[in-house]
Formats: sequence, structure tokens, C-alpha cells
Amino acid sequence: MAAPAPILRMSGIGKQFPGVKALDGVDFRLLPGEVHALMGENGAGKSTLIKVLTGVYDIDAGEIELEGRRVAFSSPLAAQQAGISTVYQEVNLCANLSVAENIFIGREPRRLGRIQWKKMRRRAEEILSRLDLDLDVSAPLSSYSLAIQQMVAIARAVDIDAKVLILDEPTSSLDAGEVAQLFRVMRRLKEQGIAILFVSHFLDQIYEISDRMTILRNGTLVGEYLTSELSQVELVGKMIGRELADLEKLEGRPPAREAAPLVEAELLGRTGAIEPFTLTIHEGEVVGLAGLLGSGRTEIARLLFGADHAGTGALKIDGQAVSLRTPRSAVARKIAFCSENRRAEGLIPDLTVRENIILALQAARGWTRPIPRRKQDELVDKYISALNIRPANPEQLVRNLSGGNQQKVLLARWLILEPRLLILDEPTRGIDVGAKAEIQRLVAELSDGGMAVLFISAELEEVLRLSHKVGVLRDRRLVAELDNDESLTTDRLTETIASGAIS
Amino acid sequence: MTSVTGLLDLRRTVPQKYIPVMVTAGLFIAMFVAGGIRYEGFATGQIILNVFIDNAFLLVVAVGMTFVILTGGIDLSVGSVVGLSTMISASLLKDGWPAFGVMALVLVIGAVLGLGMGAIIHYFEIQPFIVTLAGMFLARGLCYTISTDSIPIENSTFTAIAQTRVDLGGDMWVSPSVLIALVVVLAAAYVLHYTRLGRNVYATGGSEQSALLMGLPVARTKIAVYTVSGFCSALGGLLFAFYSLSGYGLSAVGMELDAIAAVVIGGTLLTGGSGYLLGTVLGVLVLGLIQTIISFEGTLSSWWTKIFIGLLLFAFILLQRLITARRR
Repeated sequence: MAAPAPILRMSGIGKQFPGVKALDGVDFRLLPGEVHALMGENGAGKSTLIKVLTGVYDIDAGEIELEGRRVAFSSPLAAQQAGISTVYQEVNLCANLSVAENIFIGREPRRLGRIQWKKMRRRAEEILSRLDLDLDVSAPLSSYSLAIQQMVAIARAVDIDAKVLILDEPTSSLDAGEVAQLFRVMRRLKEQGIAILFVSHFLDQIYEISDRMTILRNGTLVGEYLTSELSQVELVGKMIGRELADLEKLEGRPPAREAAPLVEAELLGRTGAIEPFTLTIHEGEVVGLAGLLGSGRTEIARLLFGADHAGTGALKIDGQAVSLRTPRSAVARKIAFCSENRRAEGLIPDLTVRENIILALQAARGWTRPIPRRKQDELVDKYISALNIRPANPEQLVRNLSGGNQQKVLLARWLILEPRLLILDEPTRGIDVGAKAEIQRLVAELSDGGMAVLFISAELEEVLRLSHKVGVLRDRRLVAELDNDESLTTDRLTETIASGAIS
Repeated sequence: MTSVTGLLDLRRTVPQKYIPVMVTAGLFIAMFVAGGIRYEGFATGQIILNVFIDNAFLLVVAVGMTFVILTGGIDLSVGSVVGLSTMISASLLKDGWPAFGVMALVLVIGAVLGLGMGAIIHYFEIQPFIVTLAGMFLARGLCYTISTDSIPIENSTFTAIAQTRVDLGGDMWVSPSVLIALVVVLAAAYVLHYTRLGRNVYATGGSEQSALLMGLPVARTKIAVYTVSGFCSALGGLLFAFYSLSGYGLSAVGMELDAIAAVVIGGTLLTGGSGYLLGTVLGVLVLGLIQTIISFEGTLSSWWTKIFIGLLLFAFILLQRLITARRR
């Protein structure tokens, strides 16, 4: 099959930020009717390439051609008008407006300045039906799930006569069913000849949907490959520039030692959040929690951290009954919680790495006893090198770090407190394979050192690789507690999640 | 139990977005019926029309406030701008200016004040609360540079408007101010529902960040709502001048709070993005009817009005909280 002429061609793209060469001589092309994955670790230059393409940044070198014509966009709006639309990870729509309005606002059908609501609704329905979606277009967007909202964003994007659709991590907060629905829509758009640029950290999804991929590393082009001709192991090797040995090393974890129980939850529950559950976490044990989004994983973590009040049941720490009324009392008992939402609930982007790391320790000491600067530097340096935070500059603002490194800063903040139980809620979501492996290795080391870890992740392989014991959640109920032995596989976990019983 | 299932049925048949407005409408009807049962001569059409007559200026000011609150902002300057408008009108009329020239000038001054505050809020990214607080002091202070005393208005056009009765038949009448206020309400409702500006107001209130990324003119929208509010305050000031036939630096002190209360009782979310103009009209009516009931009661001091408004505000803020919590 002769390849059609590319609709978009970027050649020799270079982009310089103060002190960093973000892109250096990158070539990229996009064919009509293909899904093209852009791969690379965090900081490899994926976002920069997208931002250069959509006119958020200027380019310092190279040129962009759209349909054979040289273009340079001054703003995302200009790119949109030329036919390049972007849908970001966070849904950038107004949830208070109706579905139809969200598709059309800014270019509503009008007559004499009067918005024609009927026509707008009818056209919205047409556009959505092209994407195989049947929605009540006059209902507010907030009445639909995040996945549907994302698809409405796509509908808005393609209605602007899009030739190129950029999907920047659209799947990171969707569950499996929703991802399948999104992929159906993507295939439909592909048939219509739209070129789709897809960014995702989930390798399985890349292999399911994409036809071709371009790999970047450290701002340079590694190469362009057909997805069908590149194995996952080769792909990861090319992305991180080294073999997967690091990941493999974790296989074959030593079984948890028989240790004293650290935290015992007995019929702990909270109405509307999680059904009463019983769970014991031993010292040095990694307990994984598996289940779909919204199955109650985070709710368990919040109860154990005192962020929510338990309605029923009892909690024992070290055999002593306690009631955790606030996170403060949990911290006092050496429990730490890295929340799922690191941007909103954890890190303070405008403070430096050092300030962010020192925050929890300072809070535990109280504001009247500031930690001496020398002690701060000592601690922060230790954790920056232990966790391999890059750039290794404690005075860097956290907002300038990549997702994986932000996650490590958050981890460092809690590790400094030397917790006995560390609760990690989706610590590896949205970060690249290299950083993921580092965090996983760290969890293993910590537990070998006697720290108990409650590990929550949507990725079953990860849960399986790290945990000694896996709790399975379904519909806000802890349905099973499985020992991680030879017989436990991701298939069996999936089945348990699906059926709600131990198979 | 039956009331609970009744409420559930209601929620299934009526879209959730209309519930706050319907609650306010229900409250208004209940107050009217209760008043009719308790007091003789209460349940007449003229009672409601009197509420309109006595609150036409508040209604106009509240319309402007609705625009601002829908974008998630607040305008504390409206009461002072009302006061300033009455002062400017009264003093210029005393100097022999023509009535319509005065009206036009006052409206322009109000709109320009609003425009200025909107521009400062947007371009310097300062909290609307602070900027309009400054505007409030500024406008109030300007009143006293004109005069510290009350200035009577004796202009023939103004007195004619003040004394005209528009008969509606059946012994019922309204003042021209009521008609002006209703025109403002209808025009504003049209703008909010049927024009791009109106939809951009809702979008900006829903999520300013998203509105920007969707390519909407957020800057223009935000500045426009404060201009609208300034214009409405000035118009409200003119209506207040018709109503009181005087200009006084202390008039309409605290009216911004009445306007905000009316908007909130009308079901508009203070966080922006949700609410209807009909709700604001009902909010003003509820506030007015409370005053009427208290004057009918006779023995209660007028401070009871404030107490009831306070209680109502608590109730409605809690209601909004419940509705938004359920939506999540």
C-alpha cells in the first residue's frame, strides 16, 4: 500500500528554553486517517512538540507544513482555525452549560444576533451521532461522566473542520469501558480521514489503537516505527535508552516476613463511601488495592489516614484501639498519605522543591520550631539523591518539574517523616516508565526496610509485582483479600474484580 | 414521607437547574397566600404591584448584579453608584440642566465607572471584591463633594414621571419606573439567553480557564458585566430619584447587599455559572413582600425585615449547597 501524502510535516524542529534544549532537530509527520502515537519519557519533549505545533510556543528552528503549505501559528486559536484541534487531559469545557452549547459556544448558529437554539441542538445531535453517541444535548455537561465529557470535547474539536486532532493523554482518568468507548470514537474519526496524534502512558492502549509511532528521547528523535513491527520491550528500550533490566529485577519478591500487625481495621466503614471492611497490614508488608475507578480504593485510604471519619468499626494501631479524627492524628502515629491528585491536594507548585519536601516535617514540628536551614539542606539533598529527583536543584520551583519528578517530591515529603505506614494512591499514574520503575523499586526497598505500604493502582501488573497481599474492591466493598502467590495472575484479579467473588 | 417522594418526583420531571427558581416562586406564593389569610385587604393585585413600585430601583440594580454574579464576580459599588446618581441628578437639575441631558449623563457616568472597575479587575487580576469596594468608597465620597445635605428635585419632567400613574384597569396602577424596570428585565433576559455575550457570561462563570481555552472573549465579557452593572446602578439611581424626588449622599446605603441578597435568594450561585433572571425578579419580590407583611403586622419594628432576610439567605445558601453537593 502506497502511503498517502502526509497532511502534516514538521522538519528539523528546534526549541530552546533558557538552559535547556527542549527539542533538537525533530522530524515528525502525520498521515491522514492514521492514529499516530507520540512516545517518550516525561521531559522527552512530547508536550513541547505539541505546544510548538499548536502555536503555544514559537519554534527556534525548522518548519511546519500543513497540507503542503508552510504555516506558523501564533496561538492555539489560530491553529484551531487552520484545522488543528487539541483535547487535553483535563476536560476544558464548561460543565454548567449544556452539551450542545459546549460543542458550539463561540460559534453558535445565529440570525440577527439571536442564537438559534433549535438549530444548535439539532446540529449537536448530528455531530454526536457521527461519533456514535446518543446524548440529551440540552442536559448540562456535568450530568455526564468524564469520559463522555471528553468525547464532547472531541466533538467540539472535530466540528471545527479538523484535519488534525491531538489527544494529549485523554485516557489517564478513564476506566476500561470508557477507554473502549473513546477508542470507538477515535476509529470512527480515523475512517473519516482525520489524522490523530495520540499521547498516552499506557502501552497497551498505544498498541491497541495506534498505527504508527514516533519516539522522542531527551528532545531528539529516536525514530518512527509501525506499531505492528515494534515489540513493547523494544519500545520501552528505545524510550528510556536502556534495557528493561531495572523493571525485571523486581520480579520474584521475597515473601513478607511474619511480622507484627501494624494496622488492623475491623469492620471499618463510612456510609456512602465504603462498606465496612476488615483489613490487616503487617510491618514490612505491601498491601495492594485493586479495583475500578470509584470502587472505593481511595475511600479506604482516606479512612486509614483520618481524612474522613469512619462511621462504623474500629481501628487498631500496634494493637491499641485508636480513632483517627484528623490527618494530623494519623501523622502523629506515623501514617503518611500520598494522594492521587498530586496537583490539587499535595504539592504547592509555587514553592521550591526544598520547601515542598520540608513541609510535612515542619508541620509535624509546629511552626514555632523552624527547622534550621542547614538541617533542611541536608535532608533535602539526601532525598533528592535517594529518589533521583531531576533536576537535582532544591531551589527549583515544583511547577517546573515533570510529573514523575513531582511525584517523587511528594514521596520525599512523606518519607522524611519516616512513616511506619505509607499510603500511596496511584503514585505512578501519568508518569513515564523510567520514573515508574524507580518508584516501584523504592516501594520494594522501603518495605524490605520494615515500612508497611498500602499501594493503590489501576494497573494490575504493578499491584501484582509489588504486593504481598491484594485487596480487591468492587462497588465500594472489599470483596476479596488474595495472597500474592504463584497462582495469582492479572487474569485472576480481573476476574475477581468483574465477578465480585474469589474465583 | 409523602413530601419526600413528592420532592423526588419533582426532581424527575423538572430539570434540576430550575429547582432553585421554583423554590423561590413557591416561597413567594406561600408568603402571599399566608398574608392574604392573616390580613384583611392583603390579597389584592395592587399589593404585588406596590412591591414592584417600591422596589423598581432595586430590581434594576439586581439585574446588573445578576450579570456580575453569573460570571462569579461581585459588585459592591452599586449602592454608592445609586447614591451618586441621585446626587448628580439633583444638583445638575438645580443648576437648570435639561432633564434628559442629566439622565443621559448619569447613565454614561455609571457605565464608565463600571467599565473602569471591570478593566482593573481583568487586566490587573485583582479580586472583584476589593476593586468594587474601592469603587464603593469612591462613589460615596464623591456624593459628599457635591453636597452633604439632601437636595430636592423640582424639575418638571422628573416630578411628572414621579407622579404619573399608569392605569392597568380594575383600580390597579403602576409607576413608569416599574415599566422601565420590566423593560430592563426583559432586555437582560434576552441578552443572557439569546446572545453570545449572555452565553459567554455563563461560560466564564462556569470555568474561566476553559472559556479561555475554548477561544471565548473572556476579557470582553468580564469587563462588559461590570459595565452593565454600572449602567444598571445608574439607571436604578434615576428610578430612585423619581421615587424620592431628591438627591442625598446617604441614600441607598447598603443597597448592594439587598441586591446580592435578591440575586442569591433568586437561586443564582455565588460561584457563578448558574442562575436565571426570573429568579432575581422573584428574589426582589420576596424581599419586598417581607417588608409589606411587616408593615401590615404593624407592631413589629422594621428591623424584623433584616432578620427575615438574614434567615432566608441562610436557608437559600444551604439549599444551593445541597443541590451542588448532590450534583457532584
